[in-house]
Amino acid sequence: MFDTDHEGLPATPGVGYKPQHFNDILKDAAPVGWLEIHAENYMGDGGRPLAQLRHLSERFPISVHGVGLSIGGEDPLDPDHLARLKHLVGWLNPASFSEHLAWSTHDSHFLNDLLPLPYTDTTLASVADHIDQVQEALGRQMLLENPSSYLAFTQSTMSETDFLRELARRTGCGLLLDVNNVFVSATNLGYSPIEYIDAYPLDRVKEIHLGGHDEDEDDHGAPLLIDSHGRAVVDPVWTLLDETLARTGARPLLIEWDTDVPDWATLRAETMRAQDALARVPA
Amino acid sequence: MTGQHSFRAPLLNADLAIPDGLTDGLGRPAGARYNVYRNNVAVSLAEALETGFPAIAKLIGPENFRMVAARYLRAAPPTSPLMMHYGAGFPEFLETVEPLAHLGYLPDVARLELALRRSFHAADHAPADPALLQGVDEDALMACRMTLAPSAHLLRSPWPIVSIWAFNMRPGSPKPQARPEDALILRAAFDPEPLVLPEGGTAFVTALIRGENFGSALTAAGVDFDVGAMLNLLFTHRAIAGISFKDTP
Repeated sequence: MFDTDHEGLPATPGVGYKPQHFNDILKDAAPVGWLEIHAENYMGDGGRPLAQLRHLSERFPISVHGVGLSIGGEDPLDPDHLARLKHLVGWLNPASFSEHLAWSTHDSHFLNDLLPLPYTDTTLASVADHIDQVQEALGRQMLLENPSSYLAFTQSTMSETDFLRELARRTGCGLLLDVNNVFVSATNLGYSPIEYIDAYPLDRVKEIHLGGHDEDEDDHGAPLLIDSHGRAVVDPVWTLLDETLARTGARPLLIEWDTDVPDWATLRAETMRAQDALARVPA
Repeated sequence: MTGQHSFRAPLLNADLAIPDGLTDGLGRPAGARYNVYRNNVAVSLAEALETGFPAIAKLIGPENFRMVAARYLRAAPPTSPLMMHYGAGFPEFLETVEPLAHLGYLPDVARLELALRRSFHAADHAPADPALLQGVDEDALMACRMTLAPSAHLLRSPWPIVSIWAFNMRPGSPKPQARPEDALILRAAFDPEPLVLPEGGTAFVTALIRGENFGSALTAAGVDFDVGAMLNLLFTHRAIAGISFKDTP
């Protein structure tokens, strides 16, 4: 078990860092509260990415968000990748480290997507074991993020919220609640997003993600939302955020915008909206 | 059972059926919902290749590039979560793409883009001070060994790869002339720069990389080689990481 021996992220809006915003971020008269980076983009040997990260880390709390560890994979964790992560977290000493309830590597092939897993006793034991290994290697608590779902597994024997609760109980990990993912999954699988939030182990939530999604349809003409991170957060997700914050209290809020990345002013406007949501939270 | 093996295989192979045991929220077969993952994988990997090989994408056009990328990512999906390394085998793959055979220079231009990317992510280094060479007698100079920066890469080609790259990536660059170009990629600060090596330069730099001393490198470069210009180029691009003299290895 690992307690939070790090200060953690401030309960303010943060932004997913993109190198094209480097100068704007440093020049911003009212700096954003913190920045999140994708771990895998900072695992080169040197050059601009690491220089920028070192520079930013002197001014902002940094959240390291992994996208390639394949914690939900059937295969053992890649020891080389875990070592790279340990190196990054070691020198950077970030305010937070998080990863996804998903898999991306199988038979040594990396698919570059967050792939889903069924929720069973077997997968629970395997994911818990992987989380234990990560927390052991990094010497700190990690946060695990709920996925965006496009389909369900007939094999599953428990709900996602029960699965996450049990993982947190067994491993002592914290949770990263992606409110857009909740909205996407709930729409795609036909359940109530707020009932999902009510079933979520909210006492474990140390960070909240917000992002945009695309709209499509399935074979039956039912809405199928795609978690694209390529546009502004939609109004129903902001509403869901308000309802979530009313239950959790203020939390670190991240704006994720990874494709068709807009200019800094547009991103900043999203963080202002997040700031407004935090201001509405009763003290 | 929907093991990850059976989930994975159809992601990169549209001929394989969608795995069993996947449903929508009402328990009906997932059908096209599975294609969200197929699409995510294909699009994200193709985009990673296009980010890594922008000159190739320009040379053959975005549509052709996407077709070639789709074939490559099926043949060679990533073996590491570090997308900065993805596409190491892309130049060799381009050699096998029949409809592109008439563009003989493509694989070498791809090798240049790969070398630029490696240089971009290479380890930082403290450059050697050119003053180290001042007042050194000729014997000591000939016996010294120069280490190049980790970001320095040498690439030989029978094609004008640097000119082709520049013509496509840097507006206003002159039209490439039919001539062989050996490229030396140097990174003074953060941005790798591909330079065309002059006569003798390839032999000189190759000798340095092999760890031969300055005298051997000079001999290898031949009589017409302008060593002063070469050293100036290397020092102004902070490409010499160390100079070791005979007595101080």
